[in-house]
Amino acid sequence: MLSRVANSTYWVNRYIERAENYARFMGVNFSLALDLPPEVPPQWGPIIITMAEEASFRQLYGAPTRDHVVQFVTFDTRNPNSILSCLWAARENARSIRESISREMWEHLNQFYLKVRERADKRNHDLNDLQDFYTEVKMGSQLFFGIVDSTITRNEGWHFGRVGRFLERADKTSRFVDIKYFILLPDPNTVGAPIDLLHWTAVLKSASAYNMYRQAYGVINPTQIVEFLFLDKKFPRSVIHCLRQAETSLYEISGTSLTSRYSNSAEKKLSRLCSEFEFVDVKEIFDFGLHEYIDQFQARNNEVAADIFNTFFALKPVGEQSS
Amino acid sequence: MAFTFDHYKTDGFFDEMFDEQGNVRPAWQAIRKRVEELPKDELLNRQHAAERALMQMGITFNVYSDGAGTERIMPIDIVPRVIEGQEWKRLQDGLRQRITALNLFLHDVYNDQKILKDGIVPRALVESCQCFLLPCMGLKPPKGIWCHITGTDLIRDDSGTFMVLEDNLRCPSGVSYMLENREISKRTFPEVFEQMRVQPVSNYPVRLLEMLRHISANPSPTVVVLTPGIYNSAYFEHSYLAQQMGVELVENRDLVVHDGFVKMRTTKGFQIVDTIYRRIDDSFLDPKVFRPDSMLGIPGLFDVYKKGRVALANAPGTGVADDKVIYAYVPRIIKYYLDEEPVIPNVRTYMCWEEEDRQYVLDNIDQLVVKEANEAGGYGMLIGPKSTRAQQRLFGMKIRQNPRNYIAQPTISLSRVPAIVDHHFEGRHVDLRPYILYGENIEVIPGGLTRVALRKGSLVVNSSQGGGSKDTWVLY
Repeated sequence: MLSRVANSTYWVNRYIERAENYARFMGVNFSLALDLPPEVPPQWGPIIITMAEEASFRQLYGAPTRDHVVQFVTFDTRNPNSILSCLWAARENARSIRESISREMWEHLNQFYLKVRERADKRNHDLNDLQDFYTEVKMGSQLFFGIVDSTITRNEGWHFGRVGRFLERADKTSRFVDIKYFILLPDPNTVGAPIDLLHWTAVLKSASAYNMYRQAYGVINPTQIVEFLFLDKKFPRSVIHCLRQAETSLYEISGTSLTSRYSNSAEKKLSRLCSEFEFVDVKEIFDFGLHEYIDQFQARNNEVAADIFNTFFALKPVGEQSS
Repeated sequence: MAFTFDHYKTDGFFDEMFDEQGNVRPAWQAIRKRVEELPKDELLNRQHAAERALMQMGITFNVYSDGAGTERIMPIDIVPRVIEGQEWKRLQDGLRQRITALNLFLHDVYNDQKILKDGIVPRALVESCQCFLLPCMGLKPPKGIWCHITGTDLIRDDSGTFMVLEDNLRCPSGVSYMLENREISKRTFPEVFEQMRVQPVSNYPVRLLEMLRHISANPSPTVVVLTPGIYNSAYFEHSYLAQQMGVELVENRDLVVHDGFVKMRTTKGFQIVDTIYRRIDDSFLDPKVFRPDSMLGIPGLFDVYKKGRVALANAPGTGVADDKVIYAYVPRIIKYYLDEEPVIPNVRTYMCWEEEDRQYVLDNIDQLVVKEANEAGGYGMLIGPKSTRAQQRLFGMKIRQNPRNYIAQPTISLSRVPAIVDHHFEGRHVDLRPYILYGENIEVIPGGLTRVALRKGSLVVNSSQGGGSKDTWVLY
């Protein structure tokens, strides 16, 4: 498989997963804002902080009002990670590899992008429309992955796509949890109070985890929520599950058995990260500091991505002098 | 209510569907019947569905002048154009003859130059061609084939006679429209399609791949399509053809010359490439040999090619044979190599560097189209009937000063076919680009891209200037 094509396949999947997760961020914040008691103002700043886009947001908009955040996260093409930018990048990448993806994939993605772009041109965004819109984005992404699963041969390309999708999802799930760290409570004594639990419920809903969590644990409890979203091996958006899925596909690409030793540095880094999540327990995470732990995870996850790039996509001729 | 041709006017032009008396020509009867049967809304719905399908498939080109990067489709008119089997057979013979002769010409010009020594084509004209590439001297491409893929532009004059307007021997584009238009017309008029017995075009990608495999020395070659990238206006086509053939679509950054071979970067290391269907211009192919500022080429490619370790389609240097000036000599080129008269005539072309022709041009400049030999795309052109006396005098002066630089042709009113315009049919001018593959044999694909000048009265069929396309049905 051409390195460039593998790279683009990986990014198509990452960008779509990213667009979906930002739609989740926004959708849940909307519903949270509606659920808050009248004296508590809704908070839009934490989304920007969690996205690690604070500086560019402040430069473009200043204060994080609802409308500003909606525009920035959703439609602003100056933000390279806005939903519209992600879909644009996914589509441009897909356009450059049309010959190696299925026609359905391309046509869906093309329409998906055109629809979001059309919505972006509409200037006033009322609340009802927006909630539906974020649901549509989520569904658009899920349909895309459904099409991938039902039209693509389980070849190298498919595995590169999965690596991209799951590394991105692992990162974003950790950010859903992190957002809770930045949402300010009215006062420290409200930890564990209904409003705190409302936030934690929103976090679960961001990851479509509410029902699955309820089945597993019943009561809303922050420690257990973190355990579920990080360490539940069977929930498809948990960090450990995503890392495991990515690991499986990465080893399929090189043809190395998961039970034998890694064959390149990307595999080594990813397997090491998997083991970390395999053996850590939730108490250790809280002892370490939840936010700090998440930060560290995200950095290591990025290192894996960098190693994948160097191993598979940035091939240089051996012994050839660049003249 | 349905569409009707009752008020359709041919306006004195050669109309391909109706004769001078306004009777529908036999080959078109079934189409007329079906169009007049369908409710108007239904036909318009099918027209819109076809346009939507193109947008959905992303068969678009970018309009760069528009800051928002708007994408447009090339409009399609869903009523097909019909060419009778008998007529087609003649075109097919003519195109084979022309390609055979031009291929011999290319080989000769870059090797023994007999045709220049015999004085049939003036040496000075060939050597002053921008597309004549000195590095290609002595080149012997695999199996002696230079122009593997050709798209010859044909027009019909006011008597309906087909003529060659232009030879495109440098990777012509548009074949993807031919294929997609066919898919659309099969969905739009399935009954008529079946009834009329239309020759298929859908095996073009298969034939193309066969040809690309044929020109490699390797019995099981790795074939790739080389594109300048997604910002090229024909990118859709590059990607489409690669997909249809099931081969890799590569950009220059995917390729590298290594150990005397062209190789591509894959996730498993470097892999040798045997045949490149390149969709980038000659001058950009290899910065070591041609334009040194090329960002699209592969350094060292030409050297590997000359050693026969990679095949290129088309061969570099073919542009010399589709030059505007050389065009005028094609009838003589055919005569010289094949000792035959051309089956499809050229448009009469006056060469201002020949005294008799020059005098004729100067005397009749108000009725001719005068073209500057080295300009393309309508620049440096005088359209006699639409020009002022002052412009004519200016061109007359230029011709006298530098006759080598000018040719002239009669103003030809292209044939017309009906197209849907604002809920009724009007005649619009068309041309035809059939595609010819030169592999083991020369194969003319029965069909082609019919381009339509959708603006009223316009003779310009280019998509950038309001041109659209139609499917072309060649009957058995």
